[in-house]
Amino acid sequence: MTQQRTPGKPLPTPTSETQFYWDKCHQHELWVRRCKDCPVTYFYPRDMCPDCFSRNTEWIQSSGRGTLHTFGIVVRPPHRGWAEDVPFVVAMVDLEEGCRMPTNLVGVEADPADPAKTIRIGMSVELAWDDRTDEVSLPVFRPA
Amino acid sequence: MASISRAAAIVGAAESDELGYLENRKSDLQLSTEAAYNALEDAGLRKSDVDAIFAGGNTLGLAEHMGIHPRFTDSTQVGGSSFVIHAGHALAAIAAGYCEVALIVHGNNGHSRRFFGGGAGEGGGPSSPGGQFETPYGFIGAPINYAMACARYMHEFGEERCREAMSEVAVATRKWAALNPRALIHDPKAEIPLTMSFDDYHASRWICWPFHLLDCCLVTDAGGAYIVTTPERARDLKKPPIWILGAGEGHDHGMISQMPSLTSLIARETGPAAFKMAGVTHDDFDLAMIYDSFTYTVMLTLESLGFCGRGEAADFLRGQRTAPGGDFPMNTSGGGLSYTHPGAYGIFLILEAARQLWGEAGARQVPDCRLVMCHGTGGSLSSGGTAILARD
Repeated sequence: MTQQRTPGKPLPTPTSETQFYWDKCHQHELWVRRCKDCPVTYFYPRDMCPDCFSRNTEWIQSSGRGTLHTFGIVVRPPHRGWAEDVPFVVAMVDLEEGCRMPTNLVGVEADPADPAKTIRIGMSVELAWDDRTDEVSLPVFRPA
Repeated sequence: MASISRAAAIVGAAESDELGYLENRKSDLQLSTEAAYNALEDAGLRKSDVDAIFAGGNTLGLAEHMGIHPRFTDSTQVGGSSFVIHAGHALAAIAAGYCEVALIVHGNNGHSRRFFGGGAGEGGGPSSPGGQFETPYGFIGAPINYAMACARYMHEFGEERCREAMSEVAVATRKWAALNPRALIHDPKAEIPLTMSFDDYHASRWICWPFHLLDCCLVTDAGGAYIVTTPERARDLKKPPIWILGAGEGHDHGMISQMPSLTSLIARETGPAAFKMAGVTHDDFDLAMIYDSFTYTVMLTLESLGFCGRGEAADFLRGQRTAPGGDFPMNTSGGGLSYTHPGAYGIFLILEAARQLWGEAGARQVPDCRLVMCHGTGGSLSSGGTAILARD
């Protein structure tokens, strides 16, 4: 039985297209999908290229480096799982491999009165891990 | 192919018997049925005349609840814009001869849902793309998803200019709501000052930065419905026909993290398509009804439709020109921000357009209102529907 460290936060259920992704996350590695024909690197992972519809795609490991594309500071909890956990920062990160992923920004001050104190769109960020359970680790980012 | 512009007309439009923060446990089906009944009364038609139903999902349940056996059915559900898109679908279906009297209906007890169990949506299930890659991070609910798009706009075009545009929309829309007796702003539980100032806007509490409470739409209980029919039948009914001159629709993503640009809506394509079909341009409209899920949605829609350039919403909106007495009347019902928004608001854009075109808008009537543009945005800024409506 999975022991959940932060009770109530929703967890992902992998499918055949994403099992590899979540298995690698469990090992604290971030892997994304690349089309060998386009070539584009894309997120979220799926077998066929969402650009050219090629089946000739592969997994590549991300360096974990990127830049902050945008963010929001959540003040009103959107779900019981965050009832004791606000404010927190939702974000999108542009990975240096060329794709954008949804995530959380950690290691910053989540202050809606003065976001710019520690958060700036375009800033360099690096991969970190949020171990939600013994089995599920979420890739998150912190200032590099 | 010949244009289908004016091949069908709206002949009735109505709300549910009551709307707002209801205390009487009305269901989605009940609110929908009330609105459908009232819209048929408004048109002078009977339920037995209806041979087509358009709704955002659950056409099976809705038609069953009302005892309607349609020969044309359309459950298009692409978020709150669906009920604007349905106007174009009804136009096409009638022009093609599939049906003669179309009921477009939506009812939702977004506020009262708490009485029935269940809560705010968490997107698809945990194995859906959203459930795997967004929901676990707390990307839950429209305010959070839209706020991230707004923050990007602030980065690209300037935080102060963006905030100025948002505040203009926030204040102007509440001035219209104060003139609409059915607007929720008149209910103290709405947490909106009846005479709202710019200071009130800036002081309102944070929901998700950069959104204050007063940037966000309501969550109410409400139903709405309208009836579309052929030109021949429309001319014999109680009210003058409201012609559907043009329509455009589209979507370019589902999840917010898949949006190609957080500062450009699919309205950039649906607007020109509808304008071209209608043979109209930006300067022709007497009224703009623009889906205001958030203040940001409105300013971005104006830019994407081409009423102003990208990043120019602050200049376009400056000086309360969309408020009563301004030269660009917009969202005269009080909008999703302060009239009603039961979870999906698009149908209420059409309802207010119809009331204005029929001259039924009372204290908020736009003088000599003849041509209205409606634009709905749904999902996570995902879908768009433009409809151009006119009276003779």
